Amino acid sequence: MAAIPGGADHAHDHDHHQPSGIMRWVTTTNHKDIGSMYLWFSFAMFLVGGVMALVIRAELFQPGLQVVDPDRFNQMTTLHGLIMVFGAIMPAFVGFANWMIPLMIGASDMAFARMNNWSFWLLPPAAILLTSSLLVPGGAAASGWTLYPPLTVQMGIGMDMAIFAVHILGISSIMGSINIVTTLLNMRAPGMTLMKMPLFCWTWLITAYLVIAVMPVLAGAVTMILTDRHFGTSFFNAAGGGDPVLYQHIFWFFGHPEVYIIAIPAFGVVSQVIPAFSRKPLFGYASMVYATSSIAILSFIVWAHHMYTVGMPVAGQLYFMFATMLIAIPTGVKVFNWVATMWRGSLSFETPMLFSIGFLFLFTLGGFSGLVLSMTAVDIQLHDSYYVVAHFHYVMVAGALFSAYAGAYYWLPKWTGHMYDEKLGKLHFWLSIVFFNMTFFVQHFLGLAGMPRRIPDYSLQFAEFNMISSIGAFGFGLSQLVFLVVVLKCIKGGEKASAKPWDGAEGLEWTVPSPAPHHTFETPPVFK
Amino acid sequence: MSSNTPHQAPYYFVPSPSTYPITGSVALLLFALGSVLTMNAIQGGPYVLGAGILTLLYMMFIWFRKVAHESEGGLYNKRVGMSFRWSMGWFIFSEVMFFAAFFGALFYARVLSIPDLASLEHQALLWPEATNAWPNAGPAYDGGPFTPMGAWGIPALNTFLLLTSGATLTWAHHGLLHDNRGQLKLGLFLTILLGVVFLGFQVYEYTHAYSDLNVKLTTGVFGSLFYLLTGFHGFHVTIGATMLIVILCRVFAGHFTSQNHFGFEAVAWYWHFVDVVWLLLFVVVYWI
Repeated sequence: MAAIPGGADHAHDHDHHQPSGIMRWVTTTNHKDIGSMYLWFSFAMFLVGGVMALVIRAELFQPGLQVVDPDRFNQMTTLHGLIMVFGAIMPAFVGFANWMIPLMIGASDMAFARMNNWSFWLLPPAAILLTSSLLVPGGAAASGWTLYPPLTVQMGIGMDMAIFAVHILGISSIMGSINIVTTLLNMRAPGMTLMKMPLFCWTWLITAYLVIAVMPVLAGAVTMILTDRHFGTSFFNAAGGGDPVLYQHIFWFFGHPEVYIIAIPAFGVVSQVIPAFSRKPLFGYASMVYATSSIAILSFIVWAHHMYTVGMPVAGQLYFMFATMLIAIPTGVKVFNWVATMWRGSLSFETPMLFSIGFLFLFTLGGFSGLVLSMTAVDIQLHDSYYVVAHFHYVMVAGALFSAYAGAYYWLPKWTGHMYDEKLGKLHFWLSIVFFNMTFFVQHFLGLAGMPRRIPDYSLQFAEFNMISSIGAFGFGLSQLVFLVVVLKCIKGGEKASAKPWDGAEGLEWTVPSPAPHHTFETPPVFK
Repeated sequence: MSSNTPHQAPYYFVPSPSTYPITGSVALLLFALGSVLTMNAIQGGPYVLGAGILTLLYMMFIWFRKVAHESEGGLYNKRVGMSFRWSMGWFIFSEVMFFAAFFGALFYARVLSIPDLASLEHQALLWPEATNAWPNAGPAYDGGPFTPMGAWGIPALNTFLLLTSGATLTWAHHGLLHDNRGQLKLGLFLTILLGVVFLGFQVYEYTHAYSDLNVKLTTGVFGSLFYLLTGFHGFHVTIGATMLIVILCRVFAGHFTSQNHFGFEAVAWYWHFVDVVWLLLFVVVYWI
């Protein structure tokens, strides 16, 4: 593989003026700059959404109404969901994609560098719309992140702001995904066939396809809400021949693939990290590709398992139940492959590996509770209970977020040129995993006992578990600040990182110096 | 232009830093805020909305102009051309999925919600007079009798116009491929003309539906679907016709060669996509 000549990174700059200061970041067309902005933005939104989660947990610390009034509580659950899904997790993985995909496939940049900048800079307007909607009369959208009518048809101006925020986020992620697909299909270094791409690239190829397929469907759904609200249409109004359940179908046709849009890049990161720290190639590379593709295809035909309680024909319930259970097969293939990668490997447990193993255990647990929920008869009992909340936080937090942390620790040396503080990293991991389980494990019991989600008050029998969960949530929230300290310390200084700081790591990204120069692979490497 | 300074196109094309994207972001923020304010009848809303639309149009103008100049300046190599092809294909796929949401809503209304509302259970409990028929404005509709738009008047004519425009566009493409610029210009002009006539008929049809047929946006689920589906299609025809006009201007400016003309092809792809959507609309909205 070709190494990058040290001084090559200035050759690119001579013919045009490089803005400095804030304008560098506003106008940049560099995939590394844009990747960094995505990552910082997502962490900032993670803190904003996290504070909202803490408001929810503070209210639920004890029975009764203490901290916020019920309407604000509903706004908190809604914005927490929207911000974490669209503002924190998705941009985090797009940040990884921006930083790492060109480095992994040996391209100089993304296929459309200017559009890449726009994809990022559409996020702040959407964030402004979402957060400032808390201040308008009537407050923010308070319908839950799923924005179900008829509630959403009745709400105030904050709902309109949420709708337009979703539109802008959709434009951003569709453009970002078209960019990623094009980069992966067209910009690979000579010799890198599709089946030689690092698995992270494969997972993003599949994810980007899902985004392009379903974000427009969400745009259609919220457009119908908007016209129902303001222009007298009757899409979701039974009096006019429409049906609120129609919204749920359209929404979950988007919503279920969306779950995998969040999870699949997480699989990709873990598939890079586990082989590196097992010092073995990934077990079953091809089966990983096929399993990921199967998950993506299946994700289009299982949406109504979110809607068992709306009144569906039994045949429909049975079909969606069995189709949903099918997803456990490719997911199981992936989990077994990760375990088999570690089997007889020369394991070491640096922070990225710890987060990956944490992911492996807890994501699998989340998968199992998902399997429980896929059963119609059981789900009718558990629907909209805290069991569901526990389930999807196991896959979203311990799945997607932990994998994002694994990726961040894994690539921090490449980004900053310094090793991070391993002790603090491990502290971050152990605090996170303990407090995470303290927060969410008990919610399984709450749900099984019948505590409904999205309600600010609860019956006395749920008091102990809620108290434990709230203490865990505050612990989890505070321990995320450790990560901020680690990153800031790592940027400022620390032990110099070599081009390949992890001895088991494979891939083109480790052939460029650390920190990666501003411009890399201006002539493509030859990949063997 | 490119003829006197033949650049060696770089292996990778990476554009220099640009203020276009942030202009577009500000434009969309203004557009969103302006729409929110206007829809809630808050003062000043239309001005913010107008500022957003103007900024967006300005950004698109300068951005596409830049791309056209870069292309004509020989900065793009074959690889960049392939990137454009992939991205346009995926963009059209995303548009297909956007329309799929509305077509899905149409099928859902006709196959599930209307028959369900007219089921005996609902008739007994809610609306005794609910009927299972299409078009249907819902069991509680009280806007007076309405007549749906017949398929074999203007809509059939519009189908003919759009199909013809697809043919004239292909004819123009052949002109471009054989360096027959006259055929290219005439073909493009005819395509635009057919598109504009189509839009004129659409506008006439809407006014006719509102004033004579009593089909309105508020005519229950039928009116909702009719106007949203044909409206979004008409909006896409407008975009397509605008893009064709831009292409025609570029042809008059001497852009495109028989070898290098993806700008033309992308617009042609888009135009055919809009054409196919119309055929579906004609069948499921107007005809059956």
